[in-house]
Amino acid sequence: MPALEELTAAWEHFSCDPTFRAELDRLLREYVGRPTPLTEAARLADHVAKAQGRRLRVFLKREDLCHTGSHKLNNCVGQILLAQRLRKKRIIAETGAGQHGVATATVCALFGLPCEIYMGAVDVERQSLNVFRMQLLGAKVHAVKDGTATLKDAMNEAMRDWVTNVGTTHYVLGTVAGPHPYPTMVGELQSVIGREARTQIQAATGRLPDACLACVGGGSNAMGLFRGFLDDSGVRLFGVEAAGEGIDTSHHAATLGKGRPGVLHGTRSYVLCDEDGQIAEAHSISAGLDYPGVGPEHSYLRDTGRAQYLAATDQEALEACRLLARCEGIIPALESAHAVAGLPRVAEQLPDGASVIINVSGRGDKDMGTIAKHFGAEVSS
Amino acid sequence: MTDAPAPFSSRIAGAFAKARSQGRKTLILYLTGCDPDFDTSRRLLLAAARAGADVLELGVPWSDPSADGPAIQAAMRRALAAGGGMRAALDLCQAVRVANPEIPVVLFGYANPIFVRGTAKFSAQAKQAGADGVLCVDWPADEDPELARALAQQGLDLVPLIAPTSTPERVKAAAAVAGGFLYYVSLTGITGSQLPNLDEASARVQQVRELSGNRLPVAVGFGIATPADARAVASFADGVVVGSAAVRIIERAVNEGRDPVPALEEFVADLRAALCLSLESP
Repeated sequence: MPALEELTAAWEHFSCDPTFRAELDRLLREYVGRPTPLTEAARLADHVAKAQGRRLRVFLKREDLCHTGSHKLNNCVGQILLAQRLRKKRIIAETGAGQHGVATATVCALFGLPCEIYMGAVDVERQSLNVFRMQLLGAKVHAVKDGTATLKDAMNEAMRDWVTNVGTTHYVLGTVAGPHPYPTMVGELQSVIGREARTQIQAATGRLPDACLACVGGGSNAMGLFRGFLDDSGVRLFGVEAAGEGIDTSHHAATLGKGRPGVLHGTRSYVLCDEDGQIAEAHSISAGLDYPGVGPEHSYLRDTGRAQYLAATDQEALEACRLLARCEGIIPALESAHAVAGLPRVAEQLPDGASVIINVSGRGDKDMGTIAKHFGAEVSS
Repeated sequence: MTDAPAPFSSRIAGAFAKARSQGRKTLILYLTGCDPDFDTSRRLLLAAARAGADVLELGVPWSDPSADGPAIQAAMRRALAAGGGMRAALDLCQAVRVANPEIPVVLFGYANPIFVRGTAKFSAQAKQAGADGVLCVDWPADEDPELARALAQQGLDLVPLIAPTSTPERVKAAAAVAGGFLYYVSLTGITGSQLPNLDEASARVQQVRELSGNRLPVAVGFGIATPADARAVASFADGVVVGSAAVRIIERAVNEGRDPVPALEEFVADLRAALCLSLESP
């Protein structure tokens, strides 16, 4: 708790400090590669609009073009600057798909800090390419075998490490969940996505979009986009959770759709759990969405009705991944493919001629093995 | 003797008072409920009480025990596989209470199983099951007093965890709503870790006593694995909590196909003997 209080105070101080902001902005520009483009996806829009007999404009926020291949680096550069000011000598993080682990390992290499990553043993298996990337960057990767051996268990193990080494270590939590100040801090560090998108869409269309669409696991990329439009009541916000094999089966990760209020990892939010309070195993083809909790701000947006949450199945995500690849020449991460999969259902609710921003939170290279397997192809890695 | 009524559970206060009157420190034993199964767990808890444990901490199995080390994680996995959980832990508490009306029982667990029941319903169920107190690892009383209020309404003690890093303000806030005893965590880390140098813990326990106005006894836990450890800690604490070491004894017996009850009973008796000598040591 004192570590959280220390972190909260540091964040409140430095997030308003001009020197800190200038250094963060410089890293975002020169290292992460920001601003990322907003790409109009005309062929994808046509594909969806034609089937519905309407006009539609779709814009892709290209977080897949960030250094390391996803939005995760936005948060990591901010937290590493904070860790430096807190004089922490060692960095730990959890990772699901490996994208946050790679981003953390990357900033640790840049700042010369030792880095240890906790990753569920199941995820180590299905994201072996990212495991090697982290190792190449100099990080030590621990395969966590406890529990369901996925993201939530990696977070448990990272927390155990943190309480043990709290004096020397900063925990770079990768999503808008976990104890305060993480949901606030990670949300603010990711809000650069929404700020840029807001300016870019106005430049492209002369007005705000009708809707924003993003995938939700813990919810950091969605929160980053949503934060740019929370006060614009005319902009509808849609999150897409992972429906896995279907939300009426026991194999899904639709926490906001099917969960109940609970407490997990120091956060009171929706969780997937049974009547006894035991956390359920989440399932998704996408390791980054495979989390039985969700950021508390998403729970709030759901309950107030400011945002709506849908779910897309593994199969729908795979098809959306192929659709985006063939319409636009962009292969999204399987996480981001869930957002694309939600597009037809979102478009139906919008007026004719509406414009939509989809957050392409990451690129699909890491998922080639999984995607190839499902499409019946063989690739050697 | 004073005639002032104990504000909360009399069983826990009584156990500390009894140990003190016998010139020794209080032995608090943690076991994970339903490890390795309901009936064996019931026998283990009763055997621990018989062998000299003054207070039982009944661990409520949870899927995500992020404050626990490998030994208790494994115990929780065994317990969950055997149908353990909050429901079974309450039944187990009741079964222990029926067989032993004296032994204080503290339910030790995580927030979510309490939260999904609702604090009022949980507190009533815990009271009904004969529990005396509750320790919830991830429910800071000073951030959300709802649990403390619900337990107080049932006359149950809320036992807070106090860490080496806890600030004086937080120690005071925790002590203000606490009952039974204060649980000082010997180290920054998880259950079952190596016991650290005790000089700092000793000084901190004294500080916690002062900050809490000496209102409640202070027990120390985390990392106390042997009778010698227990004796060393008892030189400065009012009570000693042993958990992972007891759980490992059960695990070993179960893996070897033996009934774990005799081995646990022997271990608890050794701990108790070490504490009996504790006040005589220099």
